[in-house]
Amino acid sequence: MNINMTLIGQMIAFAIFVWFCTKYVWPPINNALHERQKKIADGLDAASRASRDLEKAEQQAEETLRESKEQAAEILEQAHKRSNQMIDEAREQARQEGERMVAGARSEIEQEVNRAKEELRGEVSRLSVLGAERILEASIDEKQHARLVEKLADEL
Amino acid sequence: MAGNNQTPTEYIQHHLQNLTYGYHPENGWSIAHSTAEAQEMGFWAIHLDTMGWSVAMGVLFIWLFRMVGKAATTGVPGKLQSAIEMVFEFVEGTVRGAFHGRNTLIGPIALTLFVWIFLMNLLKLIPVDLAPQLFARLGVEYMKIVPTTDPNATLGMALGVFCLIIYYSIKVKGLGGFAKELSLTPFNHWLLIPFNLVMEVIGLLVKPLSLGLRLFGNMFAGEVIFILIALLPFWISWTLNVPWAIFHILVISLQAFIFTVLTVVYLNAAHEHH
Repeated sequence: MNINMTLIGQMIAFAIFVWFCTKYVWPPINNALHERQKKIADGLDAASRASRDLEKAEQQAEETLRESKEQAAEILEQAHKRSNQMIDEAREQARQEGERMVAGARSEIEQEVNRAKEELRGEVSRLSVLGAERILEASIDEKQHARLVEKLADEL
Repeated sequence: MAGNNQTPTEYIQHHLQNLTYGYHPENGWSIAHSTAEAQEMGFWAIHLDTMGWSVAMGVLFIWLFRMVGKAATTGVPGKLQSAIEMVFEFVEGTVRGAFHGRNTLIGPIALTLFVWIFLMNLLKLIPVDLAPQLFARLGVEYMKIVPTTDPNATLGMALGVFCLIIYYSIKVKGLGGFAKELSLTPFNHWLLIPFNLVMEVIGLLVKPLSLGLRLFGNMFAGEVIFILIALLPFWISWTLNVPWAIFHILVISLQAFIFTVLTVVYLNAAHEHH
């Protein structure tokens, strides 16, 4: 158990092994480990990003669905409104037309009646004059007679 | 279990003796045949078992990690790759926690120290008699297979760490900065420079010494206990060495970890300006 050359030998062995380790052992293991670490970190990153994307897409889909539903409801409502409006309009038009036609017919009838009355009046006056002529057989004053007849006609 | 022709003292001494090759004053360059002969060789001797097993463990570490690193995929890792990566990440995390500077060499140093020391310590869980008996049959007299129970090994690594501390201290702070740190802390006054210098140099030298001796002390003590337990009759020894071995699963990992963390902390201090 005496101190001897082994001391120096061990020192040299130590130096050689450290050199070997530095050159041939440390780098490959270190690289492999760090590369794997990076790979795992990247993978986790990608996974979290993908899940975030998925969530976003789901949200978007939901929103789109909701929007389209709303739109459809709106369109339906509009159509309903429009059809009701059209029906109302048609009804109103028909009523107006009817009224107009009735009014037209009424005024025509009135006209007809008036015209008949006028004709009748003319006829009556002519007949009365004729009758009177016949009664008198001679006309004394044509002018006076005409005035008389007119007065009569007005009274009728 | 003690050999038939050995006293307990001889048995223990035999198990604590390294296989030493060196220059003996009488026999020349040879393998020591006894503890006394090994001691007579002095400094110019080398522990073949310590060197052999530590280098074997280091090569095992490099080979294993290199093989996994080369085949490493960035996709789903296999079981072996996962295990290696777990060790790697543990060391990397420790370095990141304790080292605040920017130096790409600290990671490999910590990984090498941790795995290497762990593997060397792991040899201790091999039964204490197995290797000596096996090698005795092959004609090798001594075989102490746990390199970290040899102070040469632990202090050698600690000295390596010490060199790194000195190197980075000078590299980061400059020679002047390092000298200033040694002479003007903790008391920033020119009159106290000698006092500071003594304190700081002692503090600096104690770092590798404590680093090496802590590991050695823990491992050596554990080894001695294993050897002592092995002296008991074989039908009772398992009641002690099984719990002790289980406890040592903790100790060997913990000591490897402590050595690594302290190295990183010391190197961090070398990178920091005061």
